[in-house]
Amino acid sequence: MRIERYEKIFMALTLVVLLAALAAIGVGVFAAEVHLPAPAGRVDPRQIRRTAPFDQPGVREVAPGEYEAVIIARAWAFEPNEIRVPRGSTVRFRVASADVIHGFLVENTNINVMVIPGQVAEVAARFDRPGEYVFLCHEYCGFGHHQMFGKVIVE
Amino acid sequence: MSSIARTTGMEYSGPAETIYLAEQLWPIRGQLYLGLLGLAVGGYLGLLQALERIGIDLYSAHFLKSYYQGLTIHGVLLAFLFTFAFSNSFLSLTTIRGFERPLASTWLAQGAFWTMLAGTVLAAFAILTNQATVLFTFYAPLKASSLFYLGAVFLVLSTWLTSANQLLTLRAWRREHPEEPIPLLGFVSVVPYLMWDLASVGVAILVVVFLLPWSLGILSHVDPQFDRLLFWFTGHPIVYFWLLPAYVSWYLMIPAQVGGRLFSDGLTRFVFLLFLVLSTPTGLHHQFTDPGMPTVMKTVHLFTTFAVVYPSFITAFTVMAALESGGRARGGRGLLGWIRALPWKDPSVNAQLLAMLVFTLGGATGIVNASYSVNLVVHNTAFVPGHFHMTVGTAVALTAMGICYWLIPFLSGRELWGRRLALAQAWLWAIGMLVFARGQIAGGLSGMPRRTAIGDAAYLDLFQWSLDNWLTAIGGIVMTTSGLLFFIVMLRTLFFSRPLAAPVEIPVAETVHGARESWPLFDRLGLWFLIAVGLAVVAYVPVILGYLPLNPVSPPIRVY
Repeated sequence: MRIERYEKIFMALTLVVLLAALAAIGVGVFAAEVHLPAPAGRVDPRQIRRTAPFDQPGVREVAPGEYEAVIIARAWAFEPNEIRVPRGSTVRFRVASADVIHGFLVENTNINVMVIPGQVAEVAARFDRPGEYVFLCHEYCGFGHHQMFGKVIVE
Repeated sequence: MSSIARTTGMEYSGPAETIYLAEQLWPIRGQLYLGLLGLAVGGYLGLLQALERIGIDLYSAHFLKSYYQGLTIHGVLLAFLFTFAFSNSFLSLTTIRGFERPLASTWLAQGAFWTMLAGTVLAAFAILTNQATVLFTFYAPLKASSLFYLGAVFLVLSTWLTSANQLLTLRAWRREHPEEPIPLLGFVSVVPYLMWDLASVGVAILVVVFLLPWSLGILSHVDPQFDRLLFWFTGHPIVYFWLLPAYVSWYLMIPAQVGGRLFSDGLTRFVFLLFLVLSTPTGLHHQFTDPGMPTVMKTVHLFTTFAVVYPSFITAFTVMAALESGGRARGGRGLLGWIRALPWKDPSVNAQLLAMLVFTLGGATGIVNASYSVNLVVHNTAFVPGHFHMTVGTAVALTAMGICYWLIPFLSGRELWGRRLALAQAWLWAIGMLVFARGQIAGGLSGMPRRTAIGDAAYLDLFQWSLDNWLTAIGGIVMTTSGLLFFIVMLRTLFFSRPLAAPVEIPVAETVHGARESWPLFDRLGLWFLIAVGLAVVAYVPVILGYLPLNPVSPPIRVY
């Protein structure tokens, strides 16, 4: 099959562009350590309030400067909807749904995860600047979806 | 008198006259009109969404219970009905023209129309009665009425009937023309459906094995994470099923419409085969943020997704080269003078050139979505609708409208009415879309969730989204104006326009390097289909085996 010179050049350049983009992603993952959510266990949404750690939603310090925030997502609220931590804390969020699919996004962080019934969503971020960080549900979860939000308050 | 003359009042001469049978043309016409009806109603709901952003709530005035009921209508009619019906109609017609023979089965052609209509009626009834406010993704455990799932089954069935008919037509053509290369137009009509036959298996299993029995109470629980896996098995390749009819026009018709030639027959076949092979093993990039999916396989799907970007890059080159050949043949000079020389005053060409321009931004934002950890910035934010309104909402929809500017005259035998309105329509669509997308993308980058009644959101005052919402609304209003013009032009053409002086021919481009120079192995479609199946298996079996056992924990839940 005959492929013209310009076609060949363009096809080669395209490969270079795509490989460069992949390399940039590699830098983000391995150098900047931005990781995607990975499996963190299963939980039965029907039993969620009797299953650790979701039987005690809330935030607790697990080591100096390290916090765990356990959150139940349900139509149409997060429990709890306010998380207070001191500045410089690393917070590991563990979120699970009690009913339908929800989402969990914390503004101005890399936290963005689906909250799927049956799965524990586990994500972490470090909060260096004081202030309020809104977290909200980003997956349609019914009539009151747009009411579903909370705040991380960094003091 | 030939059958086309009987149905359209046109006088055709030459070999074309016997290939368009009246009994095959009416389902083609019927599906086109059904798809355009979907575009009109679905598009109108888009206006309501846009206005909601600036605090104007028109839902109760339309007897709709919520923003989300309207959004379900918008998504289902535009993403499924309009695209499927247009594709069935247009690519059935190009199959006839490509193989220069009628479709092998009139029964299948009419069956495709009836199943499309049945699916539409069932799904529309369920949605309009607020029994299926589950958006077009219908993620379990949000439960819809069984009628909604049944409607989805019929819509997909309609595409399968169309595909079967194409394959039978190809087989009949091969018997009549042994040893000849498949005509390029026939080739590019059949391959998108072959891709879709494989891709649609995911959602077919999801609906038939899980959701339909679950909605009927036969199955008590489903596994929402596994259901999403099945949904996105289909949910990414479906975007190529939407897009490839536009590519058929850009590759094979636009060069003829601008007076140029398609450069390479072989490269065109290669591009379409790459879509067949690479579209399906990519779905996990829609699940980058799903907790139940392993990161290793997310990485594998990142690579396959970047691979399927490749044929679109080649398309950019090939289509541009064909346009340049046309522009230069029309007297365009210099580095960029050929662009001005293109027939921008031809409504069909104008609309599709603008669709291509907007698509460059649509494609680029799509690469952002697919870029693994970068996806964390944009996943499920308004960035995503910003992106896909420039792809399916413009590259596909505006191209379809551009095609209608010759297709409706072809089918009706009437001259296109209101050429200047048609030109304005395309410009308004493109400009409105860019303004809209600017609003959505900027909002998304600052955390605005997609598919959310933002105007009513409890956290609206905590963000600075005012400008983004106004741009979204203004863009939506401009696009609605464009849509209105489109339907005025279509209806006036159909009902009040003059009969054509000379018949419209389906434009088909000639190639510089023709089929005889192409690699003969490209025509072994069965082999390529098997490779596509193999890649899908390699991409998905490790995901499924690693995920099992299923986790069926969700009963049906209705919260709308």
